[in-house]
Amino acid sequence: MDTCIEKIRAIGADLLAKGTVEKVIGFADGSIPMATRPVALTSDKDVGKLVFNSVCGLNLANYVSKNSLSKKEGKIAVVAKGCDARNLVTHIVENQISREQVYIIGVPCTGMVDKRKIAALFEDEITGFEEDGDTLTITSASKTETVKKADVLRHNCRVCTHRNPPVYDVMAGDPVEEQTLDQPYEDVDRIAAMDPDARWAYFEKLTENCIRCYACRNACPLCYCPTCFVDESGPQWVGKGQNDTDVATFHFLRAFHCAGRCTDCGACVEACPMGINVRDFTRKLNKDALELFGWEAGLDLDKRPPLDVYSPNDPNDFIK
Amino acid sequence: MNFITIDKKDWAPGVDQSRKTYRVYGPVEDKNGCQIKPLAPDMQPKMDAPVTVMSAKSVLFPQTEKILTATLDESKEDHHVMKPVETDDMPRVVLGIRPYDAKAVHLVKLNFDNPDYKDPYWCAAYDATTFVGLGVTRPGPCDFSTAVGSGPFSEEGLDVLMADMDDKYLAKILTEKGEKWAAACGFATAADPKESQVLFDVLKKEAEKQIQADVNTDKLAQKTILDLYDAPFWDEVAFSCINCGTCTYVCPTCWCFDIQDETRHNTAVRFRNWDTCMSSLFTHHASGHNPRGTKVQRVRQRFMHKLKYFLDKYDQGIMCVGCGRCVASCPVNIDIREVCNRMNDYETTK
Repeated sequence: MDTCIEKIRAIGADLLAKGTVEKVIGFADGSIPMATRPVALTSDKDVGKLVFNSVCGLNLANYVSKNSLSKKEGKIAVVAKGCDARNLVTHIVENQISREQVYIIGVPCTGMVDKRKIAALFEDEITGFEEDGDTLTITSASKTETVKKADVLRHNCRVCTHRNPPVYDVMAGDPVEEQTLDQPYEDVDRIAAMDPDARWAYFEKLTENCIRCYACRNACPLCYCPTCFVDESGPQWVGKGQNDTDVATFHFLRAFHCAGRCTDCGACVEACPMGINVRDFTRKLNKDALELFGWEAGLDLDKRPPLDVYSPNDPNDFIK
Repeated sequence: MNFITIDKKDWAPGVDQSRKTYRVYGPVEDKNGCQIKPLAPDMQPKMDAPVTVMSAKSVLFPQTEKILTATLDESKEDHHVMKPVETDDMPRVVLGIRPYDAKAVHLVKLNFDNPDYKDPYWCAAYDATTFVGLGVTRPGPCDFSTAVGSGPFSEEGLDVLMADMDDKYLAKILTEKGEKWAAACGFATAADPKESQVLFDVLKKEAEKQIQADVNTDKLAQKTILDLYDAPFWDEVAFSCINCGTCTYVCPTCWCFDIQDETRHNTAVRFRNWDTCMSSLFTHHASGHNPRGTKVQRVRQRFMHKLKYFLDKYDQGIMCVGCGRCVASCPVNIDIREVCNRMNDYETTK
């Protein structure tokens, strides 16, 4: 994917120089190994700061809507992987932004790496990370490891079937081949096969170390409510401490709020400082949306998400 | 100052022996990375653990702490009267704490235990706690402790400082609390003080050499608060911030809390929970007004508090021990070292 970066920079510089967009939102190098940071560039002279590699795991659609676009602001370009672009589509469909406000620089994506999986290869802290095509070279004070990117992909990238942005203004590279999967929801099926007690125990264990920092929520482009239900103080809906029920309530409700809207971008898992696989909640809902409504979020600018339309063909019978 | 050596074969039996008098905390490894947790009777601390995701802050200042309770049963004479909850005052020991985390306890103490305020919960927990530190021989890329008055072998706030010598620990007993703990474990093999100190000095030098921290705080005190407050870089610093509270929760020196009352049936409980200046609710007034209603205001607050307000108020350096947890855990890689340098180097054009 490194080959895309020159193209991304050239497109960004051109857009800024011509005044087509006011800023370009993309990723820049971070200050520690395996880190990148979202940046907003306003000058074509700064585009050299842009990078794109396998550690651009956050979702940049998160920076378009709730905090950067006001009516006064002009067009904004966003560097978008398949999932980022799908979330921009969701923003547009949900009337958070208009299609005219955003210029989508599409990036064909071959997946992001699982930083925890890489960290687990080492006893000490990682001091260096190099990427060359499909080969990653990672160093610590005690050793150097060379791994194939495919072996350390994030789970959501392993099961991704929309690596190319479905909607874009320009592509920064040739589309990559989309994956076809025999069992796309093997992880959900495994949990669904548990008996209810085991399943409950599984989810209790899943969130036991949650510190309620809300990084999962805040990294998620879908979570744009002006006041989140857990931040509502009059009345207060959910207790604010480490009580199990309150922690679980936050996770359950957040997940349900994402039903039929989640693109499985993995930004929630990427952001969680405690390594909680919060996708275990949302994946089941994605599977349901697909099986019940034939729906995958963010693919079509002209279709309403399944949970905000009435259809006579609704698979449930409660409404008939 | 006396030194002892602890053969690693004797370590686990010693820890077990101390459980008669101490509740033992230490690094525990699970799927979510290492944490400092109370150890179950059959657990030993993972002493060679990498840096823990969360600091030892919660040992004295739990994320959720029950502080008062009352009955709402009106047939009881004392109904609706808040009373202290029973606390467990059993002595506790934190094993394998990193030296910078012990320094953090000292900084937090300035807030919870000072001539104006004595927080009864924190002070009682502090009095009951012994900190047994383990020197850091391989500081990671986020560690900048030497730049902010701590370091891999800093002794401040510790009761015992240990050094890993492969088959044994060399331990420097720093306080009476430390002496009591060593006695409770049955660790009594004296080591030559002079030789031991030389060894500690060598290890300290070696470890400090590995930290390439280019963080400067020397000019912060001379700046005026308003100049820094009005500096032009805050928008840029805050752009990527998603306002999660991760940086504040993983920070060993962040001490803000929120008080909440909850009732269940006929019992009312008052809790204290960690709070975070990253949350908009943190400053949300009952009137509906929010003096820090925007993200950039909240981000500025965090750095101004740690690097300027604290420095000005206590004259004890900045409110940061250089553990680098906020750098490592920030989902968008906001790096306090860069912000600190920006503030330190900022010159107004006025």
